[in-house]
Amino acid sequence: MTQHSRAKYQPSGKLQFGIFFQGVNSGTIWKAAESGSQTDFESFRRIAQTAERGLFAAFFLGEGLRLREHLGRPHELDVAGRPDAQAMLAALAAVTSNIGLVATQNTTYNDPADLAHRLSSLDLLSGGRAAWNIVTTDNAWTGANFRRGGYLDHADRYTHAEAFVETAKRIWDSHDPAAGQWQRVVHEGQHYTVDVTPRLPRSAQYRPVLFQAGDSPEGRNFAARQADVIFSAHPKLDDALDFRRDIVERTLDAGRGASDVKIMPASEFILAATPEEARDKKAWVRSLQIGPQQAIAYLEQFWGRELGEYDPDGPLPEIDPVVEETSETRGSGFHGAKARQLADQWRAEAKEKGLSIRQFVSAKTSRVDATFNGSYSEVADRLVEYARTGAVDGFNISPWLIPTGLDDIVNHLVPALQERGVYPTEYAGSTLRENLGLATPERAESAVGAAPSEARV
Amino acid sequence: MGNTNNTAGGWGFLALELDGVAGGASALAAAVLAAESAGFHAVTFSDSPAQGRLNALQRAAFAGPLTRSLVLIPEVDTAYTEPFHASTQLASLDYVSGGRAGWIATAEDNPAAAAAVGRSYVAGDGLAQETAASIEVSRRLWDSWEDDAVIQDVASGRYLDAGKLHYVDFDGPGYSVKGPSIIPRPLQGQLPVLVPASLVGSGLVEPSAVDAVLVSAPTAELLAEEVRDVRDRLGGASPAVVVELDVVLDARGQGAAQRLGDESSALGEPGSGGVDGARRARFAGSAADLADLLTEVLEVADGVRLHPARFDIDFEELSRLVLPELRRRGVLAPVPPDGTFRDLLGLERPASRYAATAVGN
Repeated sequence: MTQHSRAKYQPSGKLQFGIFFQGVNSGTIWKAAESGSQTDFESFRRIAQTAERGLFAAFFLGEGLRLREHLGRPHELDVAGRPDAQAMLAALAAVTSNIGLVATQNTTYNDPADLAHRLSSLDLLSGGRAAWNIVTTDNAWTGANFRRGGYLDHADRYTHAEAFVETAKRIWDSHDPAAGQWQRVVHEGQHYTVDVTPRLPRSAQYRPVLFQAGDSPEGRNFAARQADVIFSAHPKLDDALDFRRDIVERTLDAGRGASDVKIMPASEFILAATPEEARDKKAWVRSLQIGPQQAIAYLEQFWGRELGEYDPDGPLPEIDPVVEETSETRGSGFHGAKARQLADQWRAEAKEKGLSIRQFVSAKTSRVDATFNGSYSEVADRLVEYARTGAVDGFNISPWLIPTGLDDIVNHLVPALQERGVYPTEYAGSTLRENLGLATPERAESAVGAAPSEARV
Repeated sequence: MGNTNNTAGGWGFLALELDGVAGGASALAAAVLAAESAGFHAVTFSDSPAQGRLNALQRAAFAGPLTRSLVLIPEVDTAYTEPFHASTQLASLDYVSGGRAGWIATAEDNPAAAAAVGRSYVAGDGLAQETAASIEVSRRLWDSWEDDAVIQDVASGRYLDAGKLHYVDFDGPGYSVKGPSIIPRPLQGQLPVLVPASLVGSGLVEPSAVDAVLVSAPTAELLAEEVRDVRDRLGGASPAVVVELDVVLDARGQGAAQRLGDESSALGEPGSGGVDGARRARFAGSAADLADLLTEVLEVADGVRLHPARFDIDFEELSRLVLPELRRRGVLAPVPPDGTFRDLLGLERPASRYAATAVGN
């Protein structure tokens, strides 16, 4: 690995956008007249082509492993039903030409050799536009859909993920173009074994770009060592600056350059021509994201019981949760908490602020700091600060409407940012790596046959 | 015209194997467009591990938005893949192709494929059992969302009706799958599933689980007889039969025999890449003789999967000479606009197996 001088991080002064087609959760409105299908190919084509018109760097898809449940049966209130990320992105590769195609894929219910081969296929089909958003999943509930099952201890998830990613990188490094041959890749680890002679050449961008979203110290170190882009949870300017400093530090510690890891926080944009219209629009969006049933269901997952008799426009339930630990809607990514304590805390908070159940849940579920609400020019001015300070490299936008949810952004915000000189006016190249300003990896020939990382940790 | 076959109208269909299309995504796009305009009904995508061969399902998905009527049939292995992923991927292909997806369910008989994913090598009848299990998982998952599970009912605030979503509770050889699927029911309800005949039979993949079998024979002359034998073996409600055939045509001023001599190293043994390890029949000769052979074979079979020896050369002769002649003879099934693969096979769109069961199961 090249040893970089501990050079100070230099902001690029530019921002990039990605779009995250979520497919699951309450942020996507399905109750409006404009709400389109979550499954029809036309929805995906429409939004990907709009994003490309707006020079977006990347189109993200999540991964479905198990349908979410609420109190023991499939959760009914939010959009659900996701296509396979890579199959959909391969189809989109045929109708787009520059936008990056990012597949979220877990390291627990996939095999490194198979996943590396499929990601290479997507990378080659798209002319070097593929990326892998690396996630770890470790619960037996999700594992019930897989022959591998839920075998992974939570504590092991990054050890396992890192061995997986390093094996994938060795597979991508194994092609020796001069000799027209592939080196055999062998990994014998605690969690799986791989013995494969890879069979695809490198792509126009060498190998897929790696995204990662972990936020714990282990997750950040993992990203600093392995990732090209962090899909972060820190969109607020001061938080984003702290996060940048932290990641730069960790990246330098890992022996990489200060700008080697890009940061794109998750975000939501609610925009209009004037500040007043934008405020009204936000109220409308929130009312459709969290309806009365969603508000009750949200509390039910923490109370562990049905709360249907409570008025969504009234105060929080005075009865106590029936569970010790929260029984959250499975598959939603909530973390466990002490239910009773949480209920007391929330009742106090709602009472103090005078919030109804619905208002309280709306405030809890919409990430206030991740929402950019205002007129096009107001929001553009705010974003200029992010570019100037180098707090982020861009934003990964979750549209609240499918498939028209990017129209405002592409038609109005992008030109406003271009006028301010902080947004690209053309694609820098045809590969995702070029468009994100990432260097091409150097082939680690010696690493291809080297000992697996699990042996070192 | 023989009527032992059961495709729409009693004609046969032609599938073109796209292996050997060299040159990346743009060449693949050109090949599927050329196959569609030449009048092929379907294209197939091999997936056995081979140098330079991209994942078959992704190639098929890439072809989806580029084509209008062409049926897209990737091979997807059942021995070393996660059945839940395979099911989702195939359902997704059906969505991106507007209901034109099929599945050649293969069983990779190869210790290297097992070692790649750290699994024990499965051989013999074990392969058919893996295939049977994987098909059953997919079929249950495809039915696990009833057609009207997405209700978008604003009054009750429900996007889904949980009563129309079903756990599949599959218990198979060494693993289980809970369900429901992560994606709504495919557009066709159930994708047509094609399986090599060697994997189909009593104690193997049950014929009732299969929509079509792929049949090989040692020589082209033996194909018609082999088709009759397979139909006899599989009994009354036999699935459709699709014949595998390698093709080397007289082309570019060279006779097929001469091409075979010149290119023998490149062409290899006849049918050495068969989906079940069996040797495929090879036709070598003129376009006119191939038209005669296909006419004879389509009397008894429902379709033929053609494997051009050299894609660029043989495809040109097939589209220029062979398909027009077969159309003139009225041997080929019509290509319905906006048709599904099930339509081509003359199959109804089935109701979900769970549609009649109690709510919430």
